[in-house]
Amino acid sequence: MIALLLRDLRLAIRAGGGFGLGLAFFLILATLVPLAVGPQPDLLAPIAPGILWLGALLACLLSLDRIFALDLDDGSLDLLATAPLPLEGVAATKALAHWLTTGLPLAIAGPALSLLLFMPAPAVPWLGLSLLLGTPALSWIGTFGAALTVGLRRGSLLLSLLVLPLYIPTLVFGAEVVRRGAEGLSPATPLALLAGITLGCIGLLPFATAAALRINLK
Amino acid sequence: MTLTITDLSCRRGETTVLHGVTFAVGAGEALVLRGANGAGKTTLLRTLAGLTPPMTGSVVPDLCAYAAHADGLKGQLTVAENLTFWAHVFGTRDIAPAVVAFDLAPLLSRRVADLSAGQKRRAALARLPLTGRPVWLLDEPTVSLDADNVARFAAAAGAHLAGGGSAVIATHIDLGLPGAATLDVSRFAASHAPDAHDPFAEAVE
Amino acid sequence: MSIWEYANPRRFMATSTAVLPWVWTAAAVLCATGLIWGFFFTPEDYRMGYSVKIIYLHVPSAFIAINAWFMMLVASLIWLVRRHHVSALAARAAAPIGLVMTAVALLTGAIWGKPMWGTYWEWDPRLTAFLILGLFYLGYIALWSAIEAADQAADLTSILCLVGTVFAVLSRYAAHFWNQGLHQGASLSLDAEENVADVFWLPLVVSLAGFVLLFIALVLVRTRTEIRRRRIQALAARERLA
Repeated sequence: MIALLLRDLRLAIRAGGGFGLGLAFFLILATLVPLAVGPQPDLLAPIAPGILWLGALLACLLSLDRIFALDLDDGSLDLLATAPLPLEGVAATKALAHWLTTGLPLAIAGPALSLLLFMPAPAVPWLGLSLLLGTPALSWIGTFGAALTVGLRRGSLLLSLLVLPLYIPTLVFGAEVVRRGAEGLSPATPLALLAGITLGCIGLLPFATAAALRINLK
Repeated sequence: MTLTITDLSCRRGETTVLHGVTFAVGAGEALVLRGANGAGKTTLLRTLAGLTPPMTGSVVPDLCAYAAHADGLKGQLTVAENLTFWAHVFGTRDIAPAVVAFDLAPLLSRRVADLSAGQKRRAALARLPLTGRPVWLLDEPTVSLDADNVARFAAAAGAHLAGGGSAVIATHIDLGLPGAATLDVSRFAASHAPDAHDPFAEAVE
Repeated sequence: MSIWEYANPRRFMATSTAVLPWVWTAAAVLCATGLIWGFFFTPEDYRMGYSVKIIYLHVPSAFIAINAWFMMLVASLIWLVRRHHVSALAARAAAPIGLVMTAVALLTGAIWGKPMWGTYWEWDPRLTAFLILGLFYLGYIALWSAIEAADQAADLTSILCLVGTVFAVLSRYAAHFWNQGLHQGASLSLDAEENVADVFWLPLVVSLAGFVLLFIALVLVRTRTEIRRRRIQALAARERLA
């Protein structure tokens, strides 16, 4: 499984791997929002937590359809399914690789981009922490969605339709952490709930993902 | 080690394609699958590999190494990186024997995307010995190989058989493998009678 | 006799043919009774006026919207565990009905909300949860219609239904949490059962029963359609083979 993780990471950073696309999207979004709603700090500051979380979520969504589709096209997915690795492990490894190449950079870039949107200073560390804790859930849920739609020709639009409703709890708790941080309230409760969702996703979703893969490979 | 298959039924999608498939392949033996396009050769191989669950009968996927039409190689990685990856996945460490058998040494540091179709195919087949599994399941292995490379592949497959391995090969050309038996899969074509496994095969009202 | 015998398509078709007229009749009678009684023969609420009468549409449709998903969950589990085709098709048949009921509940809620709260829409946790439920229905229906192989579609949508249920429940609590976080204490109770007196309660129960029967009748009809669709597919497949 480490070999698979290393291969996926290597593929992501090689030419055409798509690493950084999500990050660039995140940056563009943070630039477009002030252009759309106006540059006044008192306008941007209250919506900054929500915009940044929404941006991270959409940036995550962009790269989901690549998770399994490329491996299916070149036959790797068939071969991985016949390998001695459990398919659940393959699913979890794929999700981890997606998080390392998409979620983790977003969590690191988020606090920097929050300056563009005049987010109150006390909320900045909470944004980083909530993205760090919440984005794994986005990757694991997204991997599940990718497994459901892997064989479909025009699957990426359907993938968004399936995955976005599943993202709702993560989005709500993640943005709530930052909003409470900005207002000077204690974000402990939503942070704990966010961590709970992430842990639940990491622990349980690979089984559903593997089941969906098995059905699609039949 | 003998792969014994008894009364296997295979399906593609929701239709039963083959049924009553029975054969045995012993150590050092090869079985060549024949049959027209669509007769079910690929379906049989995918079932043997454990990708498609059989309707009846049982298979032993853990003995089998499967090589499909698609190569399973990543264009952005070098040949060495690709082979090392598959070696790790299957728990073997040394890629040197496979490199020698398929004469890949000069290509090791080339990106797969830059290889010719025949070279790519050779690199894909070199994955088979890396699995460490005795039964090779090969779906049209010689597609896009020229005569030299077909001979090289036949030699590698012959060495595998000589070493106590076995192979099930869907192919139209004669590889000249020693101890090769032929099986015509159209013999097992599922009859056109209603499918016993489909509850919608009989009138519903 | 085991209940699983109805999982056989032929058996299901025969039984549903016999049962359907009765279910339709009972559904029509109960719906008509409940709605007419509710609309014309109940007093106006002293606080809400005539607008209270929309509960006879609003509450039953909301009830069906939630329980249709629950029925799909049970049917999906039966399909995954026991591989009864009728069960998978019933789940497929129920989804659009659930979606329509969700839309009806939201729409009647909006019509009711305008005179009561002065707004068609309020990000009340309950309203939000219903909107999210509608999104889950959309995704489920979209997945069904995207996959051509019927058994594969049944398998994948069943898994989506299972996972979706967990996330729908989580979303419901998330919506509750999120709204409280926004405006403390300013919650609008939509709980008709808690507020209404017996005069309103009885016709509500009647129309609720009517909607349940209507749902059953619609699911039966749609399941029969799905079974016939599968039968046509089986015939077409045999034609291709021959």
